[in-house]
Amino acid sequence: MLLFLEQLLNGLQFGVTLLLMASGLTLIFGIMNLINLAHGSLFMVGAYVGATAIAHGSGFFLGLLAGIAAAALTGMAMELLIMRRLYRRDHLDQVLATFGLILFFNEMVSIIWGRQPVAMNTPDFLSGTVEFIPGAPYPAFRLAVIVTGIVVTGLLYFLVMKTRIGMWIRAGASNREMIGALGVNISLLYTVLFGFGAALAGLAGVMAAPFSAVQSGMGENILILTFVVIVIGGIGSIRGAVAGALLIGLTDTLGRVYIPDLMRLWLPPSVADGTGASLASMLIYILMAVVLAFRPRGLFQTHG
Amino acid sequence: MVKNFSRKSWATLAIFGLLALVPPIAHAFDNAFLITMFNRALIYAIAAVGLDLIIGFGGMVSFGHAAFFGIGAYTAGILGTHAFDGSDFMFGWTGSNAALVVWPLAMLVAAFFGAIIGLISLRTSGVYFIMITLAFAQLFYFFFVSLSQYGGEDGLSLWDRNTLPGLDLYDRNTFYYLCFAILLAVWFFLSRLVASRFGRVIIGCKQNERRMRALGYDPLLYKLVAFCISAAIGGLAGALIANHSEFVSPGLLHWSRSGELMVIVILGGMGTLIGPVYGALALFLLEESLVSFTEHWQVILGPILILVVVFFRGGIVGFLTGNGKASVKSGDDHG
Repeated sequence: MLLFLEQLLNGLQFGVTLLLMASGLTLIFGIMNLINLAHGSLFMVGAYVGATAIAHGSGFFLGLLAGIAAAALTGMAMELLIMRRLYRRDHLDQVLATFGLILFFNEMVSIIWGRQPVAMNTPDFLSGTVEFIPGAPYPAFRLAVIVTGIVVTGLLYFLVMKTRIGMWIRAGASNREMIGALGVNISLLYTVLFGFGAALAGLAGVMAAPFSAVQSGMGENILILTFVVIVIGGIGSIRGAVAGALLIGLTDTLGRVYIPDLMRLWLPPSVADGTGASLASMLIYILMAVVLAFRPRGLFQTHG
Repeated sequence: MVKNFSRKSWATLAIFGLLALVPPIAHAFDNAFLITMFNRALIYAIAAVGLDLIIGFGGMVSFGHAAFFGIGAYTAGILGTHAFDGSDFMFGWTGSNAALVVWPLAMLVAAFFGAIIGLISLRTSGVYFIMITLAFAQLFYFFFVSLSQYGGEDGLSLWDRNTLPGLDLYDRNTFYYLCFAILLAVWFFLSRLVASRFGRVIIGCKQNERRMRALGYDPLLYKLVAFCISAAIGGLAGALIANHSEFVSPGLLHWSRSGELMVIVILGGMGTLIGPVYGALALFLLEESLVSFTEHWQVILGPILILVVVFFRGGIVGFLTGNGKASVKSGDDHG
């Protein structure tokens, strides 16, 4: 039971990382109608810069800020140089151009940092454990990730739904020309918004760095999972992104732990471990197929 | 229109003529490796021409086509392994090494999984479709990674190339011309197909699905059949690449492979069928020349792709036929 609770929290923590990615991607897609494969590259840039700054003794918070800032600046540069030429283009063109960006970024980081993965330690003040469930000490850093993710998502919701900037953003999503005619500098707004989505990806990248190898190509693994989150949740729905991220985070984490155990009930251990592990890595995609078979537009479909 | 048509015919003739001349030219330069290299491009061209059917004509942007490529390759690999060691594959069948058995089977298996993926993902369109096909390809990628019985992550070596009566597939020239003939056949079949009534319906679905439904057609059915045909061609190309490299691995299903196939289609000019042949050749020549230049060639290839997308619309064939029209967002398919 305690192990289960612990895994539940691990799933939640993974889900929160996915949620940060998914909110940035949905924000950009929902408002600019742009599909950005290079969103994973921003995650990677955040992780690399954060890990490097911390390794050079910047301290955790400065490193975190450096990662976020690097991702945001990269994102804004991307928007200014390339993306704004693509808003009115076919999704196919957007996929292709951002595929080119992925090739560029993946190779660029291996030129700068080499092919070996970069390691990042959890900061000292968060390296301990917290025993907030009696008898089950839980790593403080993971807990901090969960809390940060929830707070940031809450702030994002507040920003989009309750503030004037959020109102412009939503208005720009429904009619770009109209909001421009009303005197809002829409291109500037888009650049800032893109940078904001990139900052969320950078934040996710730094926070995920201690758990995963910081290496070239790490962004695409999380990007594809984020796509699954968005597809399950329903494009453009914030509630859907939350539900999808938690569902995928929990399913993936719990699946990896419990499916091999479950298989042992029926199969000899050697076979069970192999089959179980493979089933676990396919589980979220199977889940996606099942959800889509019944609800082709996701759990929280917007627009009917 | 007539002028454009004839220019496109010239473009078609030119590229096929060039490809037919590769082996003699390579021998003249005493560089047989060139044949192997171009052969690879030929096989990718086959898969990409098949992909053009659904992207260029059907408007279905599949970002998971490497799945069918890999499924076809693994069909050849797995059957070949059993045929080699005589072990039981399924229901007492010990696999096969005969191309006339393995290749059609590779197409069939790919089409079967194409039908399953298509049934689920074709109910959506636009960006959903891109993401869902990508995710399904990942499913198959992880399936083959975990298939430890057949090499898992390390892949599977083929002991023998497939056999075809009267032909020696180990001979560079023979295998090259065989792949060339298959490319011609696939191109011819698809050219006829898109000109047929079936093809008109597919194109109609891309332009306006609701209108096609009002005319009494079932868009899903037509799109599904096109998707399966495209998958089958991908499977065939996969079986060929397995024979070409005598090795299959999950890398064939990696998401970047799907991206590469899309790049080939767009670079060459989508919706032209001959474009992907140009695209495959251009991408491979570009890669080979960049590789000789720097180990970090992708850092140059990436920006080139971006420039092509932003400034060079219509691809190579669009440029050659003076028909490089802009691809403007058609309809708001995300809602």
